[in-house]
Amino acid sequence: MTNRLVPRFLLTTIALTALGGCSNFEPWVKPYERDRLADPIMALDGDPVSSAYIQHVYEAREGARGGEGAAGGGCGCN
Amino acid sequence: MAAKVRRAAAAVVTSKFRVLAKTIMKQLRHIALLMLGVLAAPGVVVAGVLPEDRSDALYHQYVGGGVEIDGPSVLVRKQVGKSLSFVGNYYVDYVSSASVDVVTTASPYSEERKQWSLGMDYLRGNTTMSFNYVSSVESDFDAKTYSFAVSQDMFGDLTTLTLSYAYGDDIVGRSDDPSFQQDNTRQQYGVGLTQILTRNLIASLNVETITDEGFLNNPYRSVRYADPNVAIGYSFEPELYPRTRTSNAVGVRARYYLPYRAAIEGEYRFFTDTWDIVGNTASLMYVHPWGKYTFSIKGRYHDQNGAHFYRDLFPRAQATNFRGRDKELSPLTSSTLQLKASYQFIDINKGWSIFKKGSITASVDLLSVDYHDFSDLTAGADVGDEPLYHLDANIFQIYISLWY
Repeated sequence: MTNRLVPRFLLTTIALTALGGCSNFEPWVKPYERDRLADPIMALDGDPVSSAYIQHVYEAREGARGGEGAAGGGCGCN
Repeated sequence: MAAKVRRAAAAVVTSKFRVLAKTIMKQLRHIALLMLGVLAAPGVVVAGVLPEDRSDALYHQYVGGGVEIDGPSVLVRKQVGKSLSFVGNYYVDYVSSASVDVVTTASPYSEERKQWSLGMDYLRGNTTMSFNYVSSVESDFDAKTYSFAVSQDMFGDLTTLTLSYAYGDDIVGRSDDPSFQQDNTRQQYGVGLTQILTRNLIASLNVETITDEGFLNNPYRSVRYADPNVAIGYSFEPELYPRTRTSNAVGVRARYYLPYRAAIEGEYRFFTDTWDIVGNTASLMYVHPWGKYTFSIKGRYHDQNGAHFYRDLFPRAQATNFRGRDKELSPLTSSTLQLKASYQFIDINKGWSIFKKGSITASVDLLSVDYHDFSDLTAGADVGDEPLYHLDANIFQIYISLWY
């Protein structure tokens, strides 16, 4: 499987490098259209201390864990 | 016969779950590698941002099932220069426990856990690298975690990809036996993707694999087995878990901006591990601002089956290679209703002194857990006739947040 994955990784890298070099990506949601996403009510993790605590409670009370974190800021609206 | 058919059907369903989970994880590994390719490619990115400078002071309290846990949590985050941000957190749990496990096999106890963490984020172009160290200390448990993550904003900042790795090193002790010491190691691999889909919709996908190796059971907990030689019909012996566990979790979340300035969020997580636990978790939240106030309501539902070595009552002593009676590893269904209210006392448009914004937030979570194969031994019924245990817990939080 590794033999197949390494060429895929290289191919993706080369293709995106070429893409980045040849053209400017046009986002389909422009920066000036992100005012609603920049609203604090749209923050995926607006209360990091509280969400870390409640996640700790669930991990102590249930057998499942992981997969619930937000992947970071993300919206580029600041 | 009917029982056999049911068992066979259950085995087929479990087997199908495992095949599905393996297929999903295989595809996700492929996606992760493709994403690594994306990360390695220069020139397709625009600009990243560091997390906002803020401080939070929180008081938390958990009350339920004979357990009371409370304490503070304080977080401080500050940017230094244009590309560095430091974060520190201090967290304490004061535990007073007379839970159903404790009262049936041991004595009520009090305990405290202190946790502190230090982290650093380094921004370079569109890439943010994060380093974090966490130390958690109890009288009989010592845990250290080192983590590293790299985030990349790309495609006109519509997409953020995060890869993370954490290494944990635990030392498990016993308060009644200073010579008892066992080790655990834990490795966490994560891939996260946050995506702007429309001007009203943002979504995230998180995949996390965690592997544990070492002494994974609770050194105090016992399992119950049928014993005709004693009057109550059962005795206890120490639990014994496998020394390895690997779990996989996939979570998706989406938040949508409603036309009248409110937000709705849905989340789903699928979980599976090598102890044969399969879990499904779903939640729905509604956020409604009103002047300086913001209200939210959230419902969460979790369902899981039990670990393969879990039994409420073993037929005899040392009946199986691995034995556990931890109610968190039993089949269970939990539901939570969260109500939260926040008041902004420093207006973001005016500020005050060095502060850009300030808010105070209070929330309550009403947690209810139905255990489908964990008997309440405090009921004093005959063996096999004990009622199933049910837990109700209230979780309170109040915290002040300041942005500067």
